[in-house]
Amino acid sequence: MASSLPTLSRALPSSSSKPPSPLVPFPSPSLKITTSTPFIPSSISLSSRGASFAIPRATPASHGSGSDETLAKTTFHGLCFVLKDNIDTDQIIPADKATIFPSNQQERDEIASNALSGLPDFHTTRFVEPGEIKSKYSIIISGENFGCGSSREHAPVCLGAAGAKAVVAQTYARIFFRNSVATGEVFPLESEVRVCDECTTGDTVTIELRDSGGLLTNHTTGKQYKLKAIGDAGPVIDAGGIFAYARKVGMIPSPSVA
Amino acid sequence: MASSVISSSPFLCKSAQKDLGFPKSSQISVHRCQKRAISRKIVSVMAPQRSSSATGSVKTGMTMTEKILAKAAEKSQVVPGDNIWVNVDVLMTHDVCGPGAFGIFKREFGEKAKVWDPEKIVVIPDHYIFTTDKRANRNVDIMREHCREQNIKYFYDITDLGDFRANPDYKGVCHVALAQEGHCRPGEVLLGTDSHTCTAGAFGQFATGIGNTDAGFVLGTGKILLKVPPTMRFILDGEMPSYLQAKDLILQIIGEISVAGATYKTMEFSGTTIESLTMEERMTLCNMVVEAGGKNGVIPPDATTFNYVENRTSVPFEPVYSDGNASFIADYRFDVSKLEPVVAKPHSPDNRALARECKDVKIDRVYIGSCTGGKTEDFMAAAKLFHAAGKQVKVPTFLVPATQKVWMDVYALPVPGAGGKTCAQIFEEAGCDTPTSPSCGACLGGPADTYARLNEPQVCVSTTNRNFPGRMGHKEGQIYLVSPYTAAASALTGHVTDPREFLQ
Repeated sequence: MASSLPTLSRALPSSSSKPPSPLVPFPSPSLKITTSTPFIPSSISLSSRGASFAIPRATPASHGSGSDETLAKTTFHGLCFVLKDNIDTDQIIPADKATIFPSNQQERDEIASNALSGLPDFHTTRFVEPGEIKSKYSIIISGENFGCGSSREHAPVCLGAAGAKAVVAQTYARIFFRNSVATGEVFPLESEVRVCDECTTGDTVTIELRDSGGLLTNHTTGKQYKLKAIGDAGPVIDAGGIFAYARKVGMIPSPSVA
Repeated sequence: MASSVISSSPFLCKSAQKDLGFPKSSQISVHRCQKRAISRKIVSVMAPQRSSSATGSVKTGMTMTEKILAKAAEKSQVVPGDNIWVNVDVLMTHDVCGPGAFGIFKREFGEKAKVWDPEKIVVIPDHYIFTTDKRANRNVDIMREHCREQNIKYFYDITDLGDFRANPDYKGVCHVALAQEGHCRPGEVLLGTDSHTCTAGAFGQFATGIGNTDAGFVLGTGKILLKVPPTMRFILDGEMPSYLQAKDLILQIIGEISVAGATYKTMEFSGTTIESLTMEERMTLCNMVVEAGGKNGVIPPDATTFNYVENRTSVPFEPVYSDGNASFIADYRFDVSKLEPVVAKPHSPDNRALARECKDVKIDRVYIGSCTGGKTEDFMAAAKLFHAAGKQVKVPTFLVPATQKVWMDVYALPVPGAGGKTCAQIFEEAGCDTPTSPSCGACLGGPADTYARLNEPQVCVSTTNRNFPGRMGHKEGQIYLVSPYTAAASALTGHVTDPREFLQ
């Protein structure tokens, strides 16, 4: 049976004459930051818009929303879950779970219960126990290239949905880092040394963030580690995400209808 | 900027960064499609160079990527590290990420908001199509609704899952469809909600993968905030051996620099070998840039590129090239004539080994498909090897054409040197499985009923792009990433096999 002819033509020049874009070009001098930390300009979706598909932000302990305050007083505290290098997105959330569209709490719970379920079986401690939705570990500590692989946002989403607040990795894969800041699901932090070799799953840790960088305290071992400053992503996180940032700098108009 | 010259491989020379005197310096040509109707608009890519006497400073040369981003940001000059707002030419999404991206778009811009340009968005269902998974099916339906509401021009829909050929618009794997349908053009900015969007860099454009939230932003504004990446240059010279393919080249490179060797950077490929590659081979090369952590891959466009593009679209484009005095963060040179077929062993794309050194590895199955290794030329290569060998496969061999067009080519095009036989005929004679419906298939596992999914802890030789634990389904599955030639050779012996066993 001969296949039917396609009804869609191949790429054609634009047929519509569009009015000039209302967007204001952004001068961006303040963003020329020459730190060596990677810039991940991304969006954090704000839950305060009241939409029913709200994805909650990883809310730090004391962070003034909408103000000009910096991250000076952000703290995270809890048990840590330790991983090594090259944890790819399929280990964070198996690809067949990508059909889940976490737009409602039920699907959000489902994706949460599958967080880090792709880890090979030699990881005997599960991040989320079978039958549970939330993890008892709120901080993930990892090695190099955390989150490599896919661009699917399900990766940071499932971690946040399961209750993780922050990831401390030695380095990140760029799309995962960007998506973490974009979704606001987890704070992606970078360590200066191989913290993953000095912490054990179940240790109690505290993270304190300051403008100049952060401090990770492992209460179980008594050791402290410096964390790198949030870098170029700072202004975007401070504004409340790429949408809020773009509105703040006049790149897009404020919404008239939420 | 000198870099230390240390090489562990006799075929690799990492040279100190210097001007290598590329023939294509800063000339810029504006190409027009002959068939096209009339727009005489000429747009300069860069502002005219100012002389040093006028300003007291010399204008810095830019790499291809820097030029493309500068133009898209309406700036005359950018340097790596700059954070700029960039105009997007094409945004692609598919069935898995499309619903999320549109959901965020509506939440942020309003339920009644309209996309920035319904002709610049290409929606290509391809990931989880031929499955009874209700949620996967639902995602295609959701995209249909969005496209209808927004009047999206390019929506390659599928409604009859029982027979892909009954769907005239359905294409299949997004990255291959983008190229085949003329959406990839030199000098442009293409974003997609998929990590392998970097494939399109083969066309001399900036192409990279983004998440749903960024895509939601682009849907409403047509812009994205990007940091200009520095460029690593890979110069590949020498005649390509007859048993070597682009997949071997990129596995060689990833094995050299590791899975994070190009993080946040551009990988620019040039050299005489690159110039000799077809567009599909160039796509294979750029496809796996993300496996080295790269932000984007890019190949200078040439006659091969223009030929391909102008046969598929009449949209005008402007190629750009790296300046002779552009700065590169690293330089790698390869003498391709000395390279051998390689594999990536479990469980990392940088776990490189020579194919001939893995000949004792017994395998359970072979998979030929995906955006990386499921294009027409990939199947042609496999068929050529099967024909040369004249034997039957020893293990189940799964064939998943990337798109509807590839499927048709497999059944219609004669394989050179095979006396008029088509790929499909050769595959059948060799005992392979019948080529299946085009989609991403089992490259990423998929729902439980996905054709060729790894549901047991087996050893699979595959032309796909990633082999982390669980990638194709079972967590203990062992995946060897290979070229189509190596895949075919391995199918014939039941072990990982260097294609020279059958091709010399």
